[in-house]
Amino acid sequence: MTAFAGSVLLALVLLFSPERATAQVDVYEFETQEQEQRFRQLSNDFRCPMCQNANLSSSPGGVAADLRREIYRMIMEGQTDADIEQFMLSRYGDFVLYRPRLTAQTVLLWFGPLLFLLLGGWVTYSIVRRSSGKANPAPENVAFAAEGDVAEKTVEISAAERERLNRLLAGVASDTTADNTDR
Amino acid sequence: MKNFKLYLPVIVFAVLAVFMWRGLYLDSRTLPSVLIDRPLPEFQLRSLEKGDQLLTSADLPDEPFILNIWGSYCLPCLQENPIFMAAKEQGIIPIVGLNYKDRDDAARYWLDVNGNPFDLNIIDDTGRYGIDLGVYGAPETFIVDGNGVIRFKHIGTIDYRTWEDEIMPAIHAIREGDRS
Repeated sequence: MTAFAGSVLLALVLLFSPERATAQVDVYEFETQEQEQRFRQLSNDFRCPMCQNANLSSSPGGVAADLRREIYRMIMEGQTDADIEQFMLSRYGDFVLYRPRLTAQTVLLWFGPLLFLLLGGWVTYSIVRRSSGKANPAPENVAFAAEGDVAEKTVEISAAERERLNRLLAGVASDTTADNTDR
Repeated sequence: MKNFKLYLPVIVFAVLAVFMWRGLYLDSRTLPSVLIDRPLPEFQLRSLEKGDQLLTSADLPDEPFILNIWGSYCLPCLQENPIFMAAKEQGIIPIVGLNYKDRDDAARYWLDVNGNPFDLNIIDDTGRYGIDLGVYGAPETFIVDGNGVIRFKHIGTIDYRTWEDEIMPAIHAIREGDRS
């Protein structure tokens, strides 16, 4: 018996919940399908000033219901979408538009992402260009270039110093061979 | 110049940090009113006190006044009431009520029980005039100057601090402006 009551309850919940979750239900009668279409479109396009993350058609707020009623009235009076948008803007400001108008204040909002894209592109380009300038030559060439850099730095040394240097270099060579034989 | 590049990430961080720090204290729930410096919209509405007599803007004070949007269902309005009562007793400024989306009998009862700080009460039971004012929920408070122009709006509850820090300075500024 309780299982039966439970399933009835579940059925009722399922019956009513989706409607409640998606859209507020108003009983408005339209003369043409086009009017109804416009009403749906407009109440989807405006943002509710009270429940700020909902559009007018899905907001349960009192002011949203009032604004839907006003939109309905204006549609039935034959006002254009532009008239209705002006009505909303002159009372609640740009906030009610999900798609902000292009004004001096919103330029950054509209073109900011493009600006950052260009900036990022430029940074990426300059990094890639610089590193490819180094990476292009084959590894051997890099080694040569490095040796060349050192060789370019010529230092004047006396005959005695040259003698000592040769001795040292020979010593190092014999040391390394000694090391190698040790292993 | 090489040093500058080294510090670039720090600079970017600092700029972002400043913006985000400011963002923490921005209140996105209160919308700036587009009606500031615009004349109070015309209306023809019933009065709560005077039976069926229709009020128009001609019935409003010719000096600066407070227009408070309230309803008997609105708990923050109850919190504001003692502040407005005190302002009325001290004769600071006339206060006009807009009884927003309420029932007449409930509104009258509320005023009887809690005290009536309003010089007059306009009934907007449908919320239609509220839309003209860009109201989206009680309480909201406007200050209108002597020429019937909206000069200030506060959204949400007025407590003693907002009264002292925002409302009183706004009243003084508007009176100064009207005199000159």
